[in-house]
Amino acid sequence: MTEFESLAVPGPIPTSVSRPFWDAASEGRFTLQRCDACGSWIFYPRSHCPQCWSPRLTWQEASGRGTVKSFSVIHRPGHPGWKVATPYIVALIELTEGPTMLSTLVDVPLDSVRVGMRVAVRFVQVGKFALPMFVPLQSTKEADRVDSTQ
Amino acid sequence: MAGRSLGAIAGIGELKPVRRTQGATTLGLIAETVRLAVEDAGLDKDAIDGLLVGPQVGETPQHVPATVAEYLGIQPRMANVVDLGGASGAGMVWRAAAAISAGMCDAVVCVLANTREDEVSRSPNRNPIREFDVPFGASGANISYALPMQRHMAEYGSTPAQFARIAAAARDNAQLNPLAIFYGHPASVDDVLASPIIASPLHLYEIVMPVAGGEAVVVVSAERARGLKHPAVHLLGAGEKVTHRAISQAPSLTSGPLKPAMQQALAQAGVTADAMSLLSFYDCYTIMVAMTIEDAGLCAAGGFGRWIEEHSLGYDGDFPLNTHGGQLGFGQPDLAGGMTHVVEAVRQLRHDAGVRQIRNAQLALVTGNGATVSEATALVLGADA
Repeated sequence: MTEFESLAVPGPIPTSVSRPFWDAASEGRFTLQRCDACGSWIFYPRSHCPQCWSPRLTWQEASGRGTVKSFSVIHRPGHPGWKVATPYIVALIELTEGPTMLSTLVDVPLDSVRVGMRVAVRFVQVGKFALPMFVPLQSTKEADRVDSTQ
Repeated sequence: MAGRSLGAIAGIGELKPVRRTQGATTLGLIAETVRLAVEDAGLDKDAIDGLLVGPQVGETPQHVPATVAEYLGIQPRMANVVDLGGASGAGMVWRAAAAISAGMCDAVVCVLANTREDEVSRSPNRNPIREFDVPFGASGANISYALPMQRHMAEYGSTPAQFARIAAAARDNAQLNPLAIFYGHPASVDDVLASPIIASPLHLYEIVMPVAGGEAVVVVSAERARGLKHPAVHLLGAGEKVTHRAISQAPSLTSGPLKPAMQQALAQAGVTADAMSLLSFYDCYTIMVAMTIEDAGLCAAGGFGRWIEEHSLGYDGDFPLNTHGGQLGFGQPDLAGGMTHVVEAVRQLRHDAGVRQIRNAQLALVTGNGATVSEATALVLGADA
């Protein structure tokens, strides 16, 4: 997916709270915060658990798997830097751990994407950051790779 | 009149929307819109002692109420920003009534207006959306409505033609509103389906056209409204709910915060949605209207498509919906777009809507929606008894 690697688009602007997420991503690891007090998995990164307001959150390796809650094939992007990548797919991924994150689906024919499709993370370098994008679970080696880390 | 009057809308002001402005200032458009609304109310400038305005990221990042008040030459006893996106207009109306009931002021002007230059400045956001959505190619509002729409289709089997019907009905209604940006430009269901896909499953004609404009209302107490220029339009119920900011954090993709907001507003007024003379539903996208029809309880969840096939949505139909054309037909003057739904309800309920007047209009359900189906305000408005 070389067209993503060369995109001139806005990248993340990490905060002191979110920095570990991006640091782990740069090493190919998908991590989430988990609340020490109530056990909730949390995304996006926060200073306090949105369930119980505990400030005691610990970064943990997560499965990197989920299902497509919804998706959209983007023909006219909101940022001009994404034009060269059109049409591309933005999706909501309901992670196995519970939270939902927005991401990009890659390495998948446009007309094969379905709500409920199982997906696995694949890190794609965009500018200075490794972004956790997703690919269909059944059709790739990602399944084995993710399984082997569990 | 159903329920007790919580306050009255005594005047309205509206600018004809335009695609582009050149050299106009937001403050200047606000001033003109306010002048129209206060004149329409039959009040003097000096009677205005409350001011509600929207946020302005560009010209006036801070101290917005004081800047606007100074520009208008008024010295309000209550001044505030209402920052609820497309729900700001409806959100202003109950806040104005609440401030008056609390004895803080007597006559509140609620105003939203925007310019639209060729140069569109980029958002200075440093929020979680900027960090976790934008880097994945999810800039702009379209995606946040395409995702609920795709989910609705997958969950309930709703079809592109059913959504297109909402856009076509809005264009139909706009043919009776000379102010509307699409006046003289109707669009059929086939036209909507033939327009380009922007972010699937959204077609171009299912998305509002951005315009410049201004909308204002004047809110006073029911007592104060007696004897003014026009029959009062009463606030009978209000509800508000904020559930999230980014679409990934939405508790549901197919039912929104308008559901509890409308339930509260309708319960306070002691009425049900099917008793409305006018449904004045916030319509930034077709999916927003579909969700609102379902969340209002007009049909079961997932049933909007059949519901709109079974009903007529024009001023002379059995369920008049957005008789001004909605924002899909009128154009969306930024945050003022939400206020168009209030202004049209006032026109209908004081029987001042001309060729598109709903016969014996008594009740309207007005909704506002902001961000990514995040911020919701609902109002029940009633005609003067």
